[in-house]
Amino acid sequence: MAYNLECTALTKSFGTIRALDNVNLQLEKGKIIGLLGPNGSGKTTLLKAAAGLLTPTTGQILIGGHQPGEETKAMVSYLPDRNYLNNSMKVSETLDLFEDFYTDFDRAKAEAMLDSLHIDRSQKYKSLSKGTKEKVQLVLVMARRARLYLLDEPIGGVDPATRDYILNTIVSNYAEDATVVISTHLITDIEPVLDEVLFLKYGQLVLHSTADQIREEHGKSVDEYFREVFRC
Amino acid sequence: MGWMFESNLPIYLQIAKRLEREIVSGKIERGQPIKSVRDLASEAAVNPNTVQRAMQELENRHLVTVQRGGGRFVTEDEETIKAAGKRLAEEGIHTFAATMKHLGFSKEETLQLIEEEWNYGV
Repeated sequence: MAYNLECTALTKSFGTIRALDNVNLQLEKGKIIGLLGPNGSGKTTLLKAAAGLLTPTTGQILIGGHQPGEETKAMVSYLPDRNYLNNSMKVSETLDLFEDFYTDFDRAKAEAMLDSLHIDRSQKYKSLSKGTKEKVQLVLVMARRARLYLLDEPIGGVDPATRDYILNTIVSNYAEDATVVISTHLITDIEPVLDEVLFLKYGQLVLHSTADQIREEHGKSVDEYFREVFRC
Repeated sequence: MGWMFESNLPIYLQIAKRLEREIVSGKIERGQPIKSVRDLASEAAVNPNTVQRAMQELENRHLVTVQRGGGRFVTEDEETIKAAGKRLAEEGIHTFAATMKHLGFSKEETLQLIEEEWNYGV
């Protein structure tokens, strides 16, 4: 059985900088994984490589046993860390776009989520607040029935109440054969929903453990342990 | 908002303990079904796998049984529930006694305080 995400000696260099440095990891299905690390530690680079947007300098990355490409694009649902939607489109038009583009897009589910977040579908995207834009993008990404969800800072710009709703959405919407990778600085907020955590430091994977194991071994929450490992 | 958790203990153990308390206190009654893993995960705002692990913990302690055809139920066995209650009480007393010793109270003074609390406290 292939892993949903597998990296073997994965290295990505930008000039002299090694954004990812010999990363080896295997992520199983059915898990929610926190991708944690300080700014510039390689989190976004790893997610982009998995989404097929960056080619590894050396080493290999596999999605469900396949090299990133046409085939894996249909398996991966990626939420970038910045706005990628057309500002002049209405929310409803972005739904049309996703419906056309992805066969696994569940429009009814997306509409139900937008309704519970009280988002008006007739609004133009550019008239939405920063937080609402983030909500729309996350709804679009989570309404796909993907095998691998890659969420880059999905809760950074939203208020705490919405954060709870979004985390609940993530937990209750992913299928049993799917894997969710969430990169974030807001560790305390997402900690209860994590199965496993990855710590990246200067592009190297310094820890891959279960969240409960960290608590068991160190008597600390993941957030407290993170602060210890990455003390400035 | 989900349940609150201590930072120094695995979350699955904290969920197991919370459910154990509810079983011992009778909030979830003997022989009654337990909520589904998905529902509990949503209520607690945690990962379903974590709730699953908590359930296994309760099964190992024989407080919860899996029925054929799915679904988990609180055990019918009163002795098992009583034993769990005793274990929880011992844990509480152990922590309490350690605190009182640490604060410099004698056994007699401590028992006196318990007596007063029991009779007049809330």
